[in-house]
Amino acid sequence: MSSSQSREPITIEDGFKLIDAAVTKLTRIIEGKPEPPFLPEEYIGNYTIVYNMCIQKPPHDSSGPLYEKYGAILQAYDKLTILPSIMEKHDEYMLREVSRWWEINKIMVRWLSHFFYYLDRYYIARNGIPSLTVVGMTCFRDHVYEKVHFNVKQVVIALIHKEREGQQIDRALLKNVLDLFVQNGMGNMERYEKDFEDFFLTETNSYYSRKASSWIQEDSCPEYMIKAEESLKKEKERVSHYLHSDTEPKLVANVQTNLLVLVAKQLLEKENSGCSALLRDDKTDDLSRMYRLYHAIPQGLEPVAVAFRLHVTAEGNSLIKQAEDAATSGIVEEQVLVRKIIDLHDKYMAYVTDCFQNHTLFHKSLKEAFEIFCNKKVAGSSSAEMLATFCDNVFKKAANDKSNDDSTIESTIDNVVKLLDYISDKDLFAEFYRKKLARRLLFGKFSDDHERSILTKLKGQFGGQFTSKMEGMVTDMQLGKDQQTGFEEYLKNANTGKPKGVDFTVTVLTTGFWPSYKTSDLNLPLEMVNCIESFKAYYEIKTKHRRLMWIYSLGNCNLTARFDAKPIELIVSTYQAAVLCAFNHTERLTYQELIDQLNLSHEDLVRVLHSLSCAKYKFLKKEPASKTISKTDSFEFNSKFTDKMRRIKVPLPPVDDRKKVVEDVDKDRRYAIDASLVRIMKSRKVLPHQQLVSECVEQLSRMFKPDIKMIKKRIEDLITRDYLERDTENPNTFKYVA
Amino acid sequence: MPPRSASKPSKKRSNPDSVTSSATGPVPSASSKKKASKEVDGTDKLFDKYANASSGVIDPEGIEKLCSSLEVPHTDIRILMLAWRMKAERQGYFTKGEWRIGLKALKVDTIGKLKKALPELEKEVREPLNFRDFYAYAFQYCLTEDKQKFLDTETICQLLDMVLGSTFRAQVDYLIDYLKIQKDYKVISMDQWRGFCRFCNEISFPDMTNYNLELAWPSILDDFFEWLREKQA
Repeated sequence: MSSSQSREPITIEDGFKLIDAAVTKLTRIIEGKPEPPFLPEEYIGNYTIVYNMCIQKPPHDSSGPLYEKYGAILQAYDKLTILPSIMEKHDEYMLREVSRWWEINKIMVRWLSHFFYYLDRYYIARNGIPSLTVVGMTCFRDHVYEKVHFNVKQVVIALIHKEREGQQIDRALLKNVLDLFVQNGMGNMERYEKDFEDFFLTETNSYYSRKASSWIQEDSCPEYMIKAEESLKKEKERVSHYLHSDTEPKLVANVQTNLLVLVAKQLLEKENSGCSALLRDDKTDDLSRMYRLYHAIPQGLEPVAVAFRLHVTAEGNSLIKQAEDAATSGIVEEQVLVRKIIDLHDKYMAYVTDCFQNHTLFHKSLKEAFEIFCNKKVAGSSSAEMLATFCDNVFKKAANDKSNDDSTIESTIDNVVKLLDYISDKDLFAEFYRKKLARRLLFGKFSDDHERSILTKLKGQFGGQFTSKMEGMVTDMQLGKDQQTGFEEYLKNANTGKPKGVDFTVTVLTTGFWPSYKTSDLNLPLEMVNCIESFKAYYEIKTKHRRLMWIYSLGNCNLTARFDAKPIELIVSTYQAAVLCAFNHTERLTYQELIDQLNLSHEDLVRVLHSLSCAKYKFLKKEPASKTISKTDSFEFNSKFTDKMRRIKVPLPPVDDRKKVVEDVDKDRRYAIDASLVRIMKSRKVLPHQQLVSECVEQLSRMFKPDIKMIKKRIEDLITRDYLERDTENPNTFKYVA
Repeated sequence: MPPRSASKPSKKRSNPDSVTSSATGPVPSASSKKKASKEVDGTDKLFDKYANASSGVIDPEGIEKLCSSLEVPHTDIRILMLAWRMKAERQGYFTKGEWRIGLKALKVDTIGKLKKALPELEKEVREPLNFRDFYAYAFQYCLTEDKQKFLDTETICQLLDMVLGSTFRAQVDYLIDYLKIQKDYKVISMDQWRGFCRFCNEISFPDMTNYNLELAWPSILDDFFEWLREKQA
């Protein structure tokens, strides 16, 4: 660069003239008018003018004025050229103008910055003032953007509306225009947000609010959901095409609120097509869509889960009602009911795992629904009892019909365990189950595998304490078999032979495991007495310190009755056998004689005699031949009896023990409550009433739902028994008495 | 005297208005002669007047005589208060020791003085702290067997009337009605008994608006509350 000393200083006036000329050329070029491009010398020349003017010695150093000039050029351009052009146009044409001038401006600023570059290097840096680029941008913002953004926004939103209504629009144009908003924020998103986004979201809000109102009236729930899903998809696409990504979450939330949240109740409860109907009609696609849509909204799934719960509860309740109605008209359908409930559970669990993606909220809803109707009574039987009876039937059938394959039994067992989880009176179930298990083990065929399988599953779910007694019972049966073998060995070796030729099998039950049975002082026929004695002898050898209690009410007997026509084998209970054997020595016996001889209770004897003389098979003749047994009757062996069968099983109708089971369970509950209360108080020492009650309920909830009144009464009882006392200052608080 | 439990034969009540025979006159001359001697002697002599000669204790008959002397009904609460003062252990009987304790505490040695001391005694017993103790004592006193923990509802009704009747007439009347009608409770424990007193003291009546079923009131009071609510509806 030649030294400045050889030149005349360039005056501002002259310098500016040169610059203006350059600017004019520049604008013609960038506006696309016919103009030869800058030659390299011209380009350098422009730069040099500025440079020289800056380095001139004062008073000709013109950095300041040049800086001003730069700003002025752009300002003039913005105000006089750009803005008017834009203002002339409307609608989409205006947008195009804006977009076009925005690009031109960028180029203008870039070129001018090159010309005035020297300012950037020294003058601007030294003085800490805005750079040339910033000045350029600010100028555009202040003189163009600020004036037009409102209208631009209006047009943009109108176009978006058009697109929403299905028409095609110029997306690239919108993208450019919106980018302009972002750029004019000059570092932050404020301009974009305040000048465009806010308005856009408001407009979106009213748009979708209107749509929601009309769709909810016209469309079914599935149709509506499809439209909602589609709308969300379209809006997301909109973001990717021309909106700034920041807008996406706000936009999605907006649409979701209008289309899904505000109308949730109406939508889900739509008659014939709402959640309930979809569940009923197996519309898995629609339900999955529902889940998808609402899952994306925070806490959005809650109304769906509620609708689900209400539906399942209603279904369950109607099953219960059906069973109740059937029961009142005489048909007992308990077992059908259990099967139906199991099926219901499978059906709705499938929804939970498939459509509702195993979400905990729906598991919870299902559980709550089942807990409501599974604890209702039907025709006087509790669900606990029904379930126990159901199991009993399943196992009895399975044992008799070996063709049933194991997998169905296993899946039924799984279902039972699942259902039991919903029943609050689990201890009641356990007791009924135990009683029926005893019958199965002692009186029928049973499958050791099946019995053990369910017990293992119950143990896994409810703990060892729940199943320990029942396991003991099954084990007893196993041990009993071994013991019987031992007994037979003993008989052979001891050379006593079978007592009076009678085959005799004994099952030894461990008292604690089995339900309690009454003993009776039945006077056995002699043949049986011998059997008893020989077993006693054997048992004494095998074990010391154990007492045998004979339960004749549970035994059974095979007798051969020699009727005139032909002998028939009778399979009867021990009591019945004893009565029949009494006729071995006499033809005729009165009721009173039988009582004296056998030492049975009246209740038992009446039952037995009825089964032998008034029921289907009349092995005894009764005088008088009425339908009921009275104490003045007399009986005679009916030698004329015959039947085509050679073997007859005579069942002794079981005594209904439902009441007893409930009483026993109630008693156990009282002990359990006492124990729990004492345990809690022992560890806490002092506790207010409400806390004590709630902790007690919590502790016992695994087995049953304790009645609050009962807990209160047990507390009072414990006070009387000096385990607890009331605090003298505050009678609502209890203290443990050591 | 509070009536005894059913196992003991009931004594007929003495007519509160009757003036009794000279044997148990208001101011027995015997004691006034002894006034000059030691107080203890006076007390003892007084004791002997009412005591059963063979058993050496004042028995139910003697107590009846005492009541007449004091011109106090047989079932009056003041006799119970006296028993409390004496720390009498066995219902219907006062031992010599108990008699001495009681009369000494009251600072009396004649029937006249004793009679005059009764209002003072009543005032003392009705003080809140004393009353609490007295109230519990009333229950305790009626227990006759060794390990007995409950009193039958009939006894309770009479006790309630005697002990709380004057202060809480309405509550007591309703409670008694309820106890007679209900079938769930045949006997009452000490805790329940205490509950009655607390109820009368704390719960506004008859609206019972501040009664709370969630609190630790004995169940019998919960049942009473519900019964009364139903009646009022």
